[in-house]
Amino acid sequence: MPLLPKIAPAPLEPTLGRAAMVVLLLAVLCVLPFVLSDYRTFQLTQAVIYAVVLLGLNILTGYNGQISLGHGAFFAIGAYTAAILMDRWGVPYWATLPAAGAVCFCFGFAFGLPALRLQGHYLALATFALAVATPQILKYRKLEDFTGGVQGIVIMKPDAPAGLPLSQDQWLYLFTLAVAALLFLAAWNLLRGRVGRALVALRDHPLAAESMGINGSLYKTTAFGVSALYTGVGGALGAIAVQFVAPDSFLPFLSISFLVGITVGGLATVSGALWGALFIVYLPNWADEISKSAPWAIYGAILLVLVYLMPGGVAWMLPRAWALVLRRIRSRGGAGPGA
Amino acid sequence: MIRILALAVAALATALPAHAQKKYGPGVSDAEIRIGQTMPYSGPASAYGVIGKSQKAFFDMVNEQGGINGRKINFISLDDGYNPARTVEQTRRLVEQENVLLLFQSLGTPTNSAIHKYVNARKVPHVLIATGASKWADPKNYPWTMGFNPSYQVEARIYAQHILKTAPNAKIAVLYQNDDFGKDYVVGLKSGLGAKASMIVREVSYEVSDPTVDSQVVDLRGSGADVLLTFATPKFAAQAIRKVGDLGWKPTHYLTVVSASVGAVLQPAGLDKATGLITALYLVDPTDPEASKLAGMKAWGEWMQKYNKGADPNDQFHVNAYAAAWLLTEILKACGDDLTRENVMKQAASLKDVQIPVVIPGIRVNTTASDFATFGEMQLGRFDGKRWVPFGELLSGR
Amino acid sequence: MEAFLHQLVSGLAAGGIYASLALALVMIYQSTHHINFAQGEMAMFSTYLAWTLLQAGLPYWVAFAATLGISCAAGMLIERVLIRPVEKAPVLTVVITFIALLVIFNSVAGWVFTHTVKVFPSPFGAGLLPRNPFMSPHEFGSIVVTLAVLVLLYAFFRFTPLGLAMRAAALNPVSARLSGIRVGRMLALGWGLAAAIGAVAGMMVAPVVYLDPNMMAGILLYAFAAALLGGIDNPLGAVVGGFVVGVVENLMGAYVIGTELKLTVALVLILGVLLFKPAGLFGRAVVTRV
Repeated sequence: MPLLPKIAPAPLEPTLGRAAMVVLLLAVLCVLPFVLSDYRTFQLTQAVIYAVVLLGLNILTGYNGQISLGHGAFFAIGAYTAAILMDRWGVPYWATLPAAGAVCFCFGFAFGLPALRLQGHYLALATFALAVATPQILKYRKLEDFTGGVQGIVIMKPDAPAGLPLSQDQWLYLFTLAVAALLFLAAWNLLRGRVGRALVALRDHPLAAESMGINGSLYKTTAFGVSALYTGVGGALGAIAVQFVAPDSFLPFLSISFLVGITVGGLATVSGALWGALFIVYLPNWADEISKSAPWAIYGAILLVLVYLMPGGVAWMLPRAWALVLRRIRSRGGAGPGA
Repeated sequence: MIRILALAVAALATALPAHAQKKYGPGVSDAEIRIGQTMPYSGPASAYGVIGKSQKAFFDMVNEQGGINGRKINFISLDDGYNPARTVEQTRRLVEQENVLLLFQSLGTPTNSAIHKYVNARKVPHVLIATGASKWADPKNYPWTMGFNPSYQVEARIYAQHILKTAPNAKIAVLYQNDDFGKDYVVGLKSGLGAKASMIVREVSYEVSDPTVDSQVVDLRGSGADVLLTFATPKFAAQAIRKVGDLGWKPTHYLTVVSASVGAVLQPAGLDKATGLITALYLVDPTDPEASKLAGMKAWGEWMQKYNKGADPNDQFHVNAYAAAWLLTEILKACGDDLTRENVMKQAASLKDVQIPVVIPGIRVNTTASDFATFGEMQLGRFDGKRWVPFGELLSGR
Repeated sequence: MEAFLHQLVSGLAAGGIYASLALALVMIYQSTHHINFAQGEMAMFSTYLAWTLLQAGLPYWVAFAATLGISCAAGMLIERVLIRPVEKAPVLTVVITFIALLVIFNSVAGWVFTHTVKVFPSPFGAGLLPRNPFMSPHEFGSIVVTLAVLVLLYAFFRFTPLGLAMRAAALNPVSARLSGIRVGRMLALGWGLAAAIGAVAGMMVAPVVYLDPNMMAGILLYAFAAALLGGIDNPLGAVVGGFVVGVVENLMGAYVIGTELKLTVALVLILGVLLFKPAGLFGRAVVTRV
């Protein structure tokens, strides 16, 4: 039994309505930091960062069917790459992003090679092992010179470029948003075309896909690499936003919450990453407001409810709910005497 | 004209306090003082969440008894799941959204490290934080941050001094948790031993995800050491004490004060196996039969009964939480009506011989503007099978 | 040499712990083809239940039996109420359900029972075995219990009609249903049995590691690794896998790489084995038709 469902990927054709929606969303997102407090802006920055990560994980898990319980590791590698470059070599923050992406692509690609031989639960174990081992490796004595060991690395928050009347938080948010928009555009381009179809074909009918001439190993390892790249860039942005990295920031639960994020958001969708990111950032806080005694119990209960109400995730449910509403309205209109 | 106006304003500004006597920072009014905290209520360190809940119960008591100089404490404690990224988020919420006067007892080393710079840049008092890393006592670079727990390094140096004095030819084995907590102890121990650090014949770490430390203890015993130092959190400390006993190994065994709780560690490990352990004490143990004679512990017991119902009365975390919250109320009382952030730090940095009622009599809190180490001295104690018996004089590990 | 033997035995004892939880994982996999991430937390909760019964003054074996019964019923209830509604959903959705269960059990246990470690008694007594200075009676006893569970499971699946029906329901639900097997009931029963085996594991683990809400967090990963190493559909494999993982991890930590990286290296080794035997040491290679 495959670990993943055969979900047809969400439609990605550039229709007029969809384009309008994206433009509207972007416009709202651009205005938000000027309406909200710095704290809220910072929170949104984190949500945008997680959206990038979830998009990356969705490419691998949603589209290509390779489950990963270890993306926290790539997030950590991206974050540490950025932190070390800034801290030791004074590299400007924006220049650390391509570096983090490249490093993570290599790690992801390399990890994707043995992953080719592992399927389903075995891949889940392998990736989870990666997540579990990450803090231990970051703490390792021989790497301490670079990683700062258990104490981690503190980095500086970037200022807005001279002349722009923006606070640090506003600037960081807009910068993050721009990077995210770019990455979303790239992913959309990738997934709606030949590559996207190949990934899905490999997920659902691996043998048939290969016999049609799709190079399975190459696609799968590359999917791992690209997915890690997204996650790594997210990690670098996260490090810059939080100004701190330490082994304890990257415990296994982080990887699990990424997986929760894409499932709640919607597997094999692009927009699901946004919903999932909102979930990751805001749900723990709500849970905390409801109960100090057992916030995780609240978190788990809400998770259960969401999974029951929307088994495919928010991104799959919303269009259906919307269609349902439209039908209701139409049928009500149609029942009128004039019709 | 402008100059005259400026002069008038300046005159007014200097004259005002003398009249009104009231200066308020953010989060303070005639009715309340708002303070904030981050705590791991969820996540891997949720065992420490009781500290936050316990402190809520303490401030409930304070408020019921009329508050501090007539002002109620509004205590906002938020969950950070022991994740530094969330600590930053929640701390910013406390400072920017909830407008708290100060941050109190936020828990954890990585979590507090993540907000260290932020709170100091914002000039928010970040006081009595619940971690014993040595870096918090650095008033020169971080004048807004002050720890509460005795520094792990100071404590380890006290053990080193004691070993050098009583067993200069000992062979030392060390068991430590592989994180900031355990490693800080190892650093302190080595600096305390100085040139004789080679006395350490074996050091072995464990991860919090390890089921047991049995294998590590077997390994340490094999090194032929006759002194063992255990820098482990409660569960693992109990396992280590039990395993040492089961193996029939009889080293001089030093135990971090973090795990010195009789009810939570020594009883589970077996009191017979725990007999002879040495630790550096500062808090009174709630199971100590002598403790009930102290007035401070009587008050503590009444508070546990009335305000902290359902909490485990043998758990030393509640003593710890009470001690820190008590000290904060003292600092706020000393502030009088000048409840600005500057004055909070000033008062926190001028504690003189303060005897916290649930701290071992004789151990006093002393801070100055250039020294933020809340507990500079500790008292060695040996476990006699029933209670920690203090011995020797107060030791300072500075 | 003595130290080596000590490490070996200590590894076997740890292996017994991993093996017992791995058995519960295999049980649920055999009957539902899911890996239950909440298995460890369910076992932990069952152990708290047993602890509560013991505190109430029940004799050990009565409490033991009662815990098994209640855990089994609770396991079936969880399957009916929580898992059944997502049966047709993507498997990842089911995984998320498990994760939700995991955090709920963990959090509620901390809330109800506090995080202070509790002593859980062993039915086999304390101290050391008379003629074996390396092993405690409990370690020995719990290994025996694990092996006994293994034999019972084997006999159940091999020789009883119910066991056969459960295997049929897992292997081919459609045919099983056509031949009159109540597949839904079998799935629930699988959960119940897994929960009961988990409870046994919990009660054998707790005297060693102490009872606290995070008792199983570390063990679950090793059990997971053990089950997969042995072959997820093979109870014998899970037990062998458990012992191998326990011994390898202990010896690596003590003699080869030190404790700082022992977890990492142990995991890498396990994965290395899986690369060459992707179905595990004792597992059957799955053949799919295109």
